[in-house]
Amino acid sequence: MPAVDNITVGVFPPLSVKDMEIKARKLRRHIISMIGKAGSGHPGGSLSAVEIVTVLYFRLLRHKPRDPNWPNRDRFILSKGHAAPLLYATLAECGYFPIDELLTLRQLDSHLQGHTDRQLTPGVEMSAGALGQGLSFAIGTALAGRLNAQDYRTYVLLGDGECDEGQIWEAAMAAAHFKLDNLVAIVDNNGLQIDGWNREVMTLEPLADKWQAFGWKVSEVNGHDLNQLITAFSEAKLNKGQPTVIIAHTIKGKGVSFMENNVDFHGKAPDATQLRVALKELAE
Amino acid sequence: MAELVSLRETYGKTLVELGKENRDIVVLDADLAKSTMTKFFAAEFPKRFFDCGIAEQNMVGIAAGLAASGKLPFASTFAVFLPGRCFDQVRMSIAQSGLNVKLVVTHGGISVGEDGISHQAIEDLALIGSLPGFTVIVPADAIETAQAVRLAAASRGPFYIRLGRPKLPLIHGRDYHFQLGKAVTMRQGEDITIIAIGAMVAAAISAANSLKGQGIDCRVLNMSTLKPLDEAAIINAATETGAIVTAEEHLEHGGLGSEVAKVVARGCPVPMELVAIKDTYAQSGKPAELMERYGLTAKDIEEAVHSVVKKKNSS
Ligand SMILES: Cc1ncc(C[n+]2csc(CCOP(=O)(O)OP(=O)(O)O)c2C)c(N)n1
Ligand SMILES: [Mg+2]
Repeated sequence: MPAVDNITVGVFPPLSVKDMEIKARKLRRHIISMIGKAGSGHPGGSLSAVEIVTVLYFRLLRHKPRDPNWPNRDRFILSKGHAAPLLYATLAECGYFPIDELLTLRQLDSHLQGHTDRQLTPGVEMSAGALGQGLSFAIGTALAGRLNAQDYRTYVLLGDGECDEGQIWEAAMAAAHFKLDNLVAIVDNNGLQIDGWNREVMTLEPLADKWQAFGWKVSEVNGHDLNQLITAFSEAKLNKGQPTVIIAHTIKGKGVSFMENNVDFHGKAPDATQLRVALKELAE
Repeated sequence: MAELVSLRETYGKTLVELGKENRDIVVLDADLAKSTMTKFFAAEFPKRFFDCGIAEQNMVGIAAGLAASGKLPFASTFAVFLPGRCFDQVRMSIAQSGLNVKLVVTHGGISVGEDGISHQAIEDLALIGSLPGFTVIVPADAIETAQAVRLAAASRGPFYIRLGRPKLPLIHGRDYHFQLGKAVTMRQGEDITIIAIGAMVAAAISAANSLKGQGIDCRVLNMSTLKPLDEAAIINAATETGAIVTAEEHLEHGGLGSEVAKVVARGCPVPMELVAIKDTYAQSGKPAELMERYGLTAKDIEEAVHSVVKKKNSS
């Protein structure tokens, strides 16, 4: 039944890897255009997670863009809410709302707020922006699914810098304690936060060992390699009795030469010239 | 003296009744189930009870996620830890998210007693009351507690219900009907109105009884719904009795008194006095000793009444 439903709303069949590559490029153009138009926003952490979100929304998630509150949908929770432009672009490409609206990002009365707002944007599961809260929220949706005997899965995207937050580790402990094998966390391990590299600001390593010690199955992938991501997500489905975390090694600002690995573009919009150069680099 | 009944125990037992009626109800605690009395629910419905360990922020987030998936979560711990410890989580994951989460906290106020100031929540109402969309209730006895909890379960949106540690006298009859957002007139009166919440309602009634003998006729309102506040009852009290005293087990800052003062100043300025904790922390001690030391007894209310009545008569 779910597959049929998805066909009727035009999400299936899942995109091929080739088509996902094209889609990812398109999402990057949206992100840059939206932030450029708004004059503010967070390009770096939006660009680093493009492939992660592409694989989920265009290949793996069970969802109905015309019925955003469908009880059996898989949940995607964006904990690092500053990557809102990425989620908005993805939702629009899926058909949750018109693509034209993307350029209203951050404007007065737009339903596309600076950080995600679950009450304003169809398809947004969680209001975010204050880092560290998404994994707990995801535990709640995963527990509810189990209580209701629903087979949806919950995916939650965390920043690596976000893992500085104590609440992430409270939640990591709890998810393993509750044996939530319907929950997958993805860490966008781009190595940067705001004040610099993770290793300079606050040492995270050994990150995989930490998650493992907290009772999670850990897999590490190149977060820009669609095939590796597909494999990791598929393996996570087979893992029983514990949650899975996918540590996705990524490049902050990926796809725009002057933004890559450049901490300055964590939370800064491109100026007019930069916007032109970026869009040229990302052209079809 | 009326029968003393535990509000916490009433909460725990009401949860069990609600759990039988509504399968979507789930309960979360943070290693205090024996004190908040969610233990009754845990024993009856182990699959729908989640002990989150000593991790209140995580508990709030989990509750939000459960609510977003159609469950009806009640989350409990001490009032010092929720909202205090989890303010940002309550703010973003519940209030800004408009989610149907019920926070029921115990050990509010200084009547916690010997555990001392780390465990005495005297700022919680200011914190939670500042959040748009929250309904805030401070029941005055066990009968009102049971009804407030039931009403929270039957209503949509975020609720905060604050209970204290000690047993309190039953001041409502068995036929009492709690109405959200409506002040309860515990006693009619014409000279002044005492507006109280929680444990201070019983103190207000006894102050009113004593003042009657001194020729002062006090109206007493139980303002159990602190938010949304029954502004009409306050304006009526100010208009009809011409003087107001508020009484609460909370700091003067941001609690009942300051909220009432706002309404009075805007709608009908009259002499007013606040019986509340004055910009200080308390200390360890027996609950009754603390209430006396920090000015939260019937006698303190009486003094406040004398002072405003004097102002009223000289103006
Ligand atoms: C609780 C909290 N503290 C601080 C911030 C400000 N802030 C926004 S993004 C960010 C850095 C996030 O780094 P990371 O999680 O690595 O995200 P990414 O690199 O993917 O952008 C900070 C500190 C915040 N949003 N929330
Ligand atoms: Mg990062």
